[in-house]
Amino acid sequence: MGAFGGHEGRERRWTGLDRLESRNRPPRSLLVALVLASVTLITLDVSGGGSSPIEPARRVVGEAFGPAEAGVAAAVRPFTAVPTWFRSKGDLADQVRDLEASNAELKGQVELAGFDRNRLEQYDGLTTAAEDLGSALVPARVVALGSRQSQSFTVTIDAGSEAGVGPDMTVVNNDGLVGRVLRVTRSTATVLLVIDPDSTVGGRVGSSMEIGFVTGSGSLDQKSGLDLRLVDDASVPARDDTVVTWGSATGPYAPGVPIGTITEVYSSLREASQRAVVKPFVDFSALDVVGVMVPSGSRSDRAVIEADGSLR
Amino acid sequence: MKGLRLLMAFVAVVVALVVQVTLFPHVAWHGIVPNLCLLVVVAAALTVEAPFALVLGFAAGLTLDLAPPADHVAGRWALALTIAAFLAARVRQDQKPTALAVVGTVAAASFVGTSLFALSGVLLQDPDMSVAGLLEVVLVAVVWDVLLTPFVLPPLMKLFARFSPQWAAS
Repeated sequence: MGAFGGHEGRERRWTGLDRLESRNRPPRSLLVALVLASVTLITLDVSGGGSSPIEPARRVVGEAFGPAEAGVAAAVRPFTAVPTWFRSKGDLADQVRDLEASNAELKGQVELAGFDRNRLEQYDGLTTAAEDLGSALVPARVVALGSRQSQSFTVTIDAGSEAGVGPDMTVVNNDGLVGRVLRVTRSTATVLLVIDPDSTVGGRVGSSMEIGFVTGSGSLDQKSGLDLRLVDDASVPARDDTVVTWGSATGPYAPGVPIGTITEVYSSLREASQRAVVKPFVDFSALDVVGVMVPSGSRSDRAVIEADGSLR
Repeated sequence: MKGLRLLMAFVAVVVALVVQVTLFPHVAWHGIVPNLCLLVVVAAALTVEAPFALVLGFAAGLTLDLAPPADHVAGRWALALTIAAFLAARVRQDQKPTALAVVGTVAAASFVGTSLFALSGVLLQDPDMSVAGLLEVVLVAVVWDVLLTPFVLPPLMKLFARFSPQWAAS
């Protein structure tokens, strides 16, 4: 009997201690376990690089969150557009006209891209490797933006693999280069903006055809936008010169897409290259309608703007 | 009841994340938005028992790491929010926290969480960023989170308390 009572007493004491423990002090063991789990994840993702084991998980979460984000973005769009309604007297027809105008500009963008590309091609004498360079644009809207706390400048657009979008495709809008597609889900795609510090684009100065690398500065501010470093340190980029992508038909960035204009030029003695500040044509704080450059004639779940300007 | 609470926490994190990436960028200050996921975690840490809050912090962080616009190294937000939840759970006394205590906890958790995330970025050189830029991000994020506290924390804490009666009673 006594033994039974003692057993019960011990049990009560145990549960009592347990409750006290969980109430006053968070369990250290759990904290350590979760911190170790996080560190393991970080290690896996860092060491994995491009083919990280986290990638399938990202895709699964993306498949789940993509439609939700697209839905909420569509639901809040009328409210976030309220200021523009005031400016345009709240007329729905105005909105349609705006969209048509941006559509037309996107078409013009495709034509210009093709023209620039052809010109570059002539210039480089790359006629042997020339394929059909006509590309088409899949229109999409930005539905979600990464916060700056997360330190990466990425957005989600509402076109995915079903719309013919794939990784490493070039994303443009009516002003110029926006970025490239990092990964896709069925209905959404994640786009790395060119202003991201991790983003590097091969750039070419319009007038001198000098090549260099354009990296993001990690700021939404249009003035401090991008850094250009020329490969040839003897050439000095001129101010107000246009920078276009150097690109290739197979690489992440299509050639000949306008990036921005050079606003300032620095030459440092320590580093063997010229550094120029490039003001991007695109206003990244007000991204909305964008186009993804897909190979001409690719299958899509929506109307595609072809290189000749026709809708398909 | 446990299952219901789990479901409720899951729904809260999902809603917070979707609102954070779709709606808040329209009101963002230089791209810095209120961290709703962190507020959900702090609300849980102040109301329910610590293990649940810690796990919720880890899960919410992991969701932030993996959900679409994110492209940083996975696990960084999970680490930051787990430790933020740990701190917030330590602050809690046995009685109901006062309004000032709640605001203070949110500010501290937000500061620690965002800073830890930024520091992990510096260590991993995930994006190379200047310390001044990081400081601006951290401070503005704290201001945002504190501003949103009166609207977000009371209903969330009430919800968490309702689904865990043993704590609501004491």
